[in-house]
Amino acid sequence: MQDSSITAAKPQVSLLKALGEDPSLQVGDVVRVSVRYPVGHYRVPTYVRGKQGTIEAVIAPAINNEDEGFGRNSGLKGYYYRVAIPLTVLWPGYTGQPTDGLRIEIFETWLERI
Amino acid sequence: METHDHSHDHAHIENPVDAAPGYYEVMETAVRELLIEKQFIGRGEIRRQIEVIDSRTPALGAKVVAHAWADPGFRSRLLADGRAACEEFGISFYDDTRLIVLENTHKVHNLIVCTLCSCYPRTVLGLPPDWYKAKPYRARAVKEPRAVLTEFGTDIPDDVEIRVSDSTAIVRYLVLPRRPEGTENYTEEQLAALVTRDTMIGVATINTVK
Repeated sequence: MQDSSITAAKPQVSLLKALGEDPSLQVGDVVRVSVRYPVGHYRVPTYVRGKQGTIEAVIAPAINNEDEGFGRNSGLKGYYYRVAIPLTVLWPGYTGQPTDGLRIEIFETWLERI
Repeated sequence: METHDHSHDHAHIENPVDAAPGYYEVMETAVRELLIEKQFIGRGEIRRQIEVIDSRTPALGAKVVAHAWADPGFRSRLLADGRAACEEFGISFYDDTRLIVLENTHKVHNLIVCTLCSCYPRTVLGLPPDWYKAKPYRARAVKEPRAVLTEFGTDIPDDVEIRVSDSTAIVRYLVLPRRPEGTENYTEEQLAALVTRDTMIGVATINTVK
């Protein structure tokens, strides 16, 4: 009886989400970082571009800095993802341990699902 | 030293502030003056923010770590949402950054870096050390972390995974070092005294050098 009151508090309709409202990638997805070299400062270090990694966590959505940073008041939010890339993938000939890895947060516009 | 026409005696050490401003310094001054002139920010606000930043030191982070060691509930909340747990602990965040706390274990050692610039968990540690902002550390931390750690006097066993977190945007990282053995009866204050800046960046462990 108590439980039903909790259920009743939730909306009984299924809401349609706008495009981009939910994260398009999930934990465990294998992704590649885009290889693009747009003019200007982008927060995607060149050493990870073109590299393959795995989504380790979805970070709460944040304002699109790539629009805002160039003076466009986009008002749009997008997702950052914490991506895991083995150091052996980043650096051929890496002499540390094969389990050693990088973790880096990358904005969704730079990630391609494989 | 040449003769002075004033009487008091003092050494003439060149003050870096007296050197001619560089290109970016001039640009910063110009932008700052414009922002003030157009009344977006006031001079007092800038001074105040410098004071706010200077009030943050590694002693704050050490208290967070000690509290996490002493209180398992807080430790869980800190690992789940670093910012929320720090705010609960009384540490305000004056910016829009998130905080991910990375726990060192006997299987994983975390190291933090910002290869693009100098992103650093300033709200809990204050300003970063100069080497953290310098290119050698930024370039090498992601490429040969074990060699870098060795140079800091920190040897990580081969069976321990090294995770380097490169801070690029809205997230800041803080390493939660391993609590040393034999500290079971320590108070939080005694625990906090063990925790240094470098252990929270990950270039050292609590046991690296006493």
